[in-house]
Amino acid sequence: MRISLFGKSLLLLGLICAVPASHAQTGKKADSSVQAAPSVSAKELQALHVLNRLGYGPSPGDIDRVLQKGVEAYIQQQLHPESLQMSAALSERLMAVPDIHSTDAALYADYGPPQRKAAAGDQAKIKAVTQRQNQVADAAREAHLLRAVYSPAQLQETMVDFWFNHFNVFAGKGQETKIWTGNFERDAIRPHVFGRFRDLLGATAKHPAMLNYLDNQKSTSERIAKNGKKLGGLNENYAREVMELHTLGVDDGYTQADVTALARIFTGWGYDPKRLVDGVDPAFFFNSKKHDENEKKFLGNTFAAGGGEEEGERALDLLAAHPATTRHLSYKIAQYFVADSPPPQLVEKLAKRWRETGGDVGKVLDTLFKSPEFWSADAVGKKFKTPWQYLVSSLRATGLPMVTNVKPLLGMLRQNGQTLYGCTTPDGYKNTQAEWLNSDALILRLNFANALGSGNLPLWKSLPTAAASSMSADDNAGMMAMIEKQPELTASKARAADPFLMQAALGNAFSQNTLDAWAIARPQLRAGLILGSPEFMRR
Amino acid sequence: MNRRNFLKIGMAAGTTLLLPAQFAWAAKNGTPPKRLIVVMLRGAIDGLSVVVPYAEDNYYRLRSSIAIAKPGDTDGALDLDGRFGLHPALEMLMPFWQQKQLAFIQASGSTDPTRSHFEAQAYMETGQPGVKRASDGWMNRLLGFMPDEKSVLQAVSLGPMLPRIFSGVQDVSTVPLGRQAGRATVMDKPGINAAFDRMYEDSDALSAAYRQGRKSREQVLSDLNSDPVSPESNVADNGAPPPAGFALDASQLAILVRRNPGMQLAFAQLGGWDTHVGQGGAKGQLANRLRSLGQGLKTLASDLGPEWSHTVVVVMSEFGRTARQNGTNGTDHGHGNAMWVMGGPVAGGKVYGEWPGLDDAQLHEGRDLAITTDFRSVLTEICERHLQVDSERLAAVFPNAPKTPASILNRLIGA
Repeated sequence: MRISLFGKSLLLLGLICAVPASHAQTGKKADSSVQAAPSVSAKELQALHVLNRLGYGPSPGDIDRVLQKGVEAYIQQQLHPESLQMSAALSERLMAVPDIHSTDAALYADYGPPQRKAAAGDQAKIKAVTQRQNQVADAAREAHLLRAVYSPAQLQETMVDFWFNHFNVFAGKGQETKIWTGNFERDAIRPHVFGRFRDLLGATAKHPAMLNYLDNQKSTSERIAKNGKKLGGLNENYAREVMELHTLGVDDGYTQADVTALARIFTGWGYDPKRLVDGVDPAFFFNSKKHDENEKKFLGNTFAAGGGEEEGERALDLLAAHPATTRHLSYKIAQYFVADSPPPQLVEKLAKRWRETGGDVGKVLDTLFKSPEFWSADAVGKKFKTPWQYLVSSLRATGLPMVTNVKPLLGMLRQNGQTLYGCTTPDGYKNTQAEWLNSDALILRLNFANALGSGNLPLWKSLPTAAASSMSADDNAGMMAMIEKQPELTASKARAADPFLMQAALGNAFSQNTLDAWAIARPQLRAGLILGSPEFMRR
Repeated sequence: MNRRNFLKIGMAAGTTLLLPAQFAWAAKNGTPPKRLIVVMLRGAIDGLSVVVPYAEDNYYRLRSSIAIAKPGDTDGALDLDGRFGLHPALEMLMPFWQQKQLAFIQASGSTDPTRSHFEAQAYMETGQPGVKRASDGWMNRLLGFMPDEKSVLQAVSLGPMLPRIFSGVQDVSTVPLGRQAGRATVMDKPGINAAFDRMYEDSDALSAAYRQGRKSREQVLSDLNSDPVSPESNVADNGAPPPAGFALDASQLAILVRRNPGMQLAFAQLGGWDTHVGQGGAKGQLANRLRSLGQGLKTLASDLGPEWSHTVVVVMSEFGRTARQNGTNGTDHGHGNAMWVMGGPVAGGKVYGEWPGLDDAQLHEGRDLAITTDFRSVLTEICERHLQVDSERLAAVFPNAPKTPASILNRLIGA
């Protein structure tokens, strides 16, 4: 086993990663790439980099697996994950998660507003309906977490994270969004993460979770009733956010008049509760009665009167193909995968590829992973993990058996300000250090690191006890109090992580300072120290 | 408090070298620390429902189903000054109005025309509307000019994330929300945290955050476990738990202030004001949120005790909402709003600002309340007269801010 002999420097990873040979740009070596130091394998650190950036970090043995396959081949496989089989254990677990395989219509009929209505004001019944709705959302959260931690198609999972936040919906918005958030991810996001942006945009625009979350369901043309009273009217929530957040970017090439015009264009886009109760799937339904049939001017284009449902499609075409959208999305992808302030030349490179391919996300990613900027010392090991990335990477690094109780993990996310499906605003969670690093954030992570490392999180139901934790019960009282007490957890069991396995899993890439801290600490703290090290806070 | 970076501020602001006020203020030792608490309402609260222009006929015409009725009518607004009325869900704040400790600046806000929540919030937090590249927050810049109170809790932000308004070179402590704030954790055990200290002794951002976190946690734990929270913060609202738990946070913040009078700047935020659908009137969605906010502000005031007389609280939101209700009994993104200013030093009992009117022809872009007072004018007034930051330093806190027309905000701060 190689042991790093470097002085205290968090730049360690950055010093060692050079662009893989197959990626070397002709005639120009990336300035910031540095030769590998002799005692550490540069290849190994390249493998670590792709595991950290394409996915949620290494599990024990992953670095060797990537090396065996070759870094370049690994990237290609991640971009084309069709051949990657999830483990039988994971498929069985996912099959057993309730409700995540249901249609939008079935969820609506079984758990949605019709059930609340049937409760007829009976408080006990209403409470039971709400509980069932919460269970549907929690089931989706469990599936999301299990896939992120255990799926071999890691890039697919990080892209689900990226796109979900880009097209964020908030599960707490109301009954409908709550029960449909999981399906939104499953049907509108997941199938398109490497596909054409226009497909993602269309799928999210028509998904009932989005139609509910950003109120388009309720937006109608204004009509005058027979008694002269005004009926209905516009709600411009979705029209504004689809331009500001999903496509063009804030204030880039549109006006308030465009927002209003687009809101009118999208009138009638929604779902019909009656059809849902009848089991009609998919949920999207264009209601021509709600649609504003008059002429509109949108982004300088005239939409002749009577365009109907197709107007919305045409507007989405215009938005998807707009140069501002290309800039906006290229920047966001570069920020997610490379640096909080991505190099402008990289953003331009991605934008060029975006234009050439008509917004083909997989091809843009391929360009990104081949860029010297992705492999630069300014990028490698420099992105501060979000709480979500920290959580998932921690579980992966321990190599512990598949968790069977995710409640303490969802609690950790809530406490750290990143409740799963819990971003209330449509801009989604950020992935920058400025957003997530603050004085209390690290302490919260370290509490989690200690609890996970020492085996004091009840993550397994009815499994035999592993080697009992050598930490005293007193040591962990605080952590246990921190995790919300759940009555069903009383029979749960926990397991401690193996620090030596973890250290190897992470490529032994730690600074001397960190190694010194471990050397003098009590052995039972070591797993927590690895997960709590400055190096592990970054990816 | 970290002073090592104050040089950078002067340089970043492009001004001549400004020393922290501690040097200038050496003679003022013995005066109690002054304090500013900012509460930001994210999502754009409907100011026309908070400070109701009940004398405007057009208000009732524009809002056929969500207007707040005139004072004296059923569920009517609480009369403030014969022109404006307070939302009835904020009844608990009326005593502050009567004691002249609560003021509003109607038709105020950021003059940048954006209707994007995120952009408008960023402008309000950087204090530089229209400057997209601005990154640090005005409260952080301000902190650099406050006298050093030698308290790790000199600047406190409630909640798990550090907001833009506080980001920058000065150290700020983030304090958890709710009961969790006072609970001991593994990392509060000396046998354990000592091992981690060793890993975070570097000079980088992570180590700095870690050390600040360790120190502030120690202080917060000790403080919150010494004083009980006010019983009022636990009182259920008509049998239901407080919607956002703001009263508990306010009560805990008050404990921290009482035990650390050197806390000069604090920030809290509340979401859920983006009422596009079913906003409600005297009752309903917005009313429930307002009640929770009002209860929290009342708790903060009463729990601060004597410190209330050294405290100014500002409540602000990124923009107002459309004067006209939309097609779904709600309101869309608008422009002008009302800022709230509370506290012992406030010359309250008055609605400040020039009222631009609510006739169709008077609306900003034909749809929103216009802005007659820049939010920075209100903040500068408070910084200058309450925190006693001089105009040269204020120019670094709010670069290119408009001059306050004295007639508009005259004597907002009484003392």
